[in-house]
Amino acid sequence: MGTAVSRPARRFFYRRLGFWEAVDGWLFTLPAFTGLLCFTLGPIVASLYFSFTEYNAVKAPQWVGLNNYLKLFTGDPLFWHSLRQTAYYSFLSIPLSLVVAYLIALLMNQPVRGITLYRTLWYLPALVPSVANATLWRWILNRDFGLLNYPIRLLGFDPPGWLIEPELTIPSLVLIHLWGLGNSVLILLAALQGVPQHLYDAAEIDGANWWQKFRYITLPMTSSIIFFNLIMGIIGSFQVFTLAYVIFTPTGGTGSAGPENAALFYVLYLYRHAFQYFQMGYASAMAWVLFLIILVLTVLMFKLSGRWVYYEVSRGR
Amino acid sequence: MATVATPRATVGWLARRSTAQRFQRGLAYTVLSTGGVAMMLPFLWLISSSLKEPAQIFVFPPEWIPNPIAWQNYPDLLTKLPFFLYARNTLIITLSAMLGQVLSASMCAYAFARLRWPGRDLIFAIKLATMMLPFAVTMIPVFVIFKTLGWLNTFLPLIIPYWLGGSAFYIFMLRQFFLTIPFELDEAARVDGAGSWRIYGQIILPLAKPALTVVTILSFFQHWNDFLGPLIYLSSADKRTLALGLNALQGLEWGRDTTHLVMAFSVLMITPIIIMFFAAQRVFVQGIVLTGIKG
Repeated sequence: MGTAVSRPARRFFYRRLGFWEAVDGWLFTLPAFTGLLCFTLGPIVASLYFSFTEYNAVKAPQWVGLNNYLKLFTGDPLFWHSLRQTAYYSFLSIPLSLVVAYLIALLMNQPVRGITLYRTLWYLPALVPSVANATLWRWILNRDFGLLNYPIRLLGFDPPGWLIEPELTIPSLVLIHLWGLGNSVLILLAALQGVPQHLYDAAEIDGANWWQKFRYITLPMTSSIIFFNLIMGIIGSFQVFTLAYVIFTPTGGTGSAGPENAALFYVLYLYRHAFQYFQMGYASAMAWVLFLIILVLTVLMFKLSGRWVYYEVSRGR
Repeated sequence: MATVATPRATVGWLARRSTAQRFQRGLAYTVLSTGGVAMMLPFLWLISSSLKEPAQIFVFPPEWIPNPIAWQNYPDLLTKLPFFLYARNTLIITLSAMLGQVLSASMCAYAFARLRWPGRDLIFAIKLATMMLPFAVTMIPVFVIFKTLGWLNTFLPLIIPYWLGGSAFYIFMLRQFFLTIPFELDEAARVDGAGSWRIYGQIILPLAKPALTVVTILSFFQHWNDFLGPLIYLSSADKRTLALGLNALQGLEWGRDTTHLVMAFSVLMITPIIIMFFAAQRVFVQGIVLTGIKG
C-alpha cells in the first residue's frame, strides 16, 4: 500500500526530513499517548496494586497481600456462581452467535433481487441501544402478555416464564443477544464476498458440488474472519453487563440479577463490589482474575487456530 | 475491500438458471422474507405498545393496532418527564466526546500512518493490544482518577478520555485508511514547503472523508447508547442521559402504569440512530466491514 515511489528515493527524502518529522510524530501522538498512559497503562498497574489492598476510594489503600484473592477463591460462593453463569452464557452464546451469524451471512450473500433491503432489515436490530433493547425484550419475554408466548399459547402449551424461571434466564439473554447480531453478520458477509470467484469456477470445472465448494473453499477462505469473531465474542461475552443490569431492575430493584441470581454475571458482581459496596480492592482482584481468564482463553484460541485458520500469506503486510 | 451494498454480479454459466437454482432462489426469498419480518416484529411491537393506553398493554392476545391509538403518550412523555433535559445532556456528552474522538484519533492515526519517528511501531503495537483489554481492569483506577480530580457527577469523565485518543479501534481504522492515500501527495507538499500540520489538515483529512464519517457515526452511536459510563459517573437526576433516564423510568415500572411511556421513550431514543444509519448507510456498512476485515 502506498509504495508507489521507489524505495531509495523515499529513504533519501525522509533522511532529509529526519528530526522535524520525528518531532511532529510525537506531537501528533501526544494526546493519544497521554490517554494511553493515564487511562490504560497506568490504570492496569494501579488495578494490580489495588487488588492486593483493601480500598474504599476514600481512605488510602491498605496492603492486605493475597487476602482478596484468597477470599475470592475460598470464601465467596457468589464469585463462583457468577463465574459459572458467565461461562454458561459464553459457551452458549459464542458458538450459537457464530453459527447463526455465519448462516445469515451466507443467506445475505445470495444473488437475489432486493438483497440490499433484506440486509438492512436484518441489520437494524444491531443499532438498538442496549438499554432500549432490555426494556423492549423484557416485554416481549413477559410470561402473560409477551409477544413470544403468544404463539406458544396458541399452540396450547404452558407459557414459559422466560425471565422468571432461573433455568430459562440465561437462554433468554442469549436469544436477545442473537437478535442484535448484525455487526458480526456484516463482517462475515464481507469475508464471503472477498472469496475470489475464480476458486469457485475452478472447483466447478472439477465437478465439485455445493457442499464441497463450501467445505473446501468458502470455509477455509473465511476462517480468519470467523476466528476474529470468535475472539471478539470471548472478550465481549465474558464482560456482558448492561443487558442483565437493566432487564431485571424493575422486578428486583437496582442491580438485581434475576431469579435466584441466575443473571449475576461476572462484571455485574464486580460492579456491585466496586460501586455499591465500595470494595475497590476486592473488585480489582476480580478484574484481574477476569483479565487472566480472558487472556488464557484468547491465547488458547490462538494456539489452536493454527490447525483450522487459513491465512492467505500473499495478502501480506 | 469488498463492498456490501452491491451483490456480486453472477458470471458465466451461473447466469443460466437451472431448476435447482430456481428452487434455491425461491428458498432464499422465503427465508429472507420470513426472517426479515421476524427481525422487524420487535420494532413493530415497540411502536405499537408506545401508542397504547396502559390498560391495552395488559391484554391477551396482544393487539397489533391499538384501539384507540394513544397519540397522547408522546406529548405526555415530553411534558411529564424531563425528556428534553436528558436529551440535552446526552447531546452535550455525545457531541463533545465525538469531536474529541475524531480529532485525537485522526491525529494519532496520521502519525502512525504517514510520519516516521522513533518508537512509532512500539506504541502502535501497544495501542493495538489494548483493544483486547477488558474494560473491567481499568474501570476502577480511572474512576479513582476522576474522583481525585473532583469530576464525579460532571460530564468531564465521559468526554475528556476521548480527547486523549479514546478507543484504539478508531485509531486503527483511520490508520488503515490513511495508508491507502498516495504518499506522493505528502512528498509533493513537502517539496512545496508544507509542514506535517498542513499536510494533515489540508491533504489527509479532506481525502479521508469517508473514513472520518464512519468514525464520526460509530462514535456518535457509542456515546448515545453508552450506559455503564454515565451509570458510574453521573449520580444526580438532572445530569441523567437518555440511557440513564430510560433505565430510571423503567425501574419505576413495576406495578405502575408507565409501560406505554417506557416504550415511547425507547422509540424516541432509537429514532435518531436509525435516521443517521439510513442517511449514511453506505459508508457506515463499509466502515464496520473495514474494522472486521483488517482486524
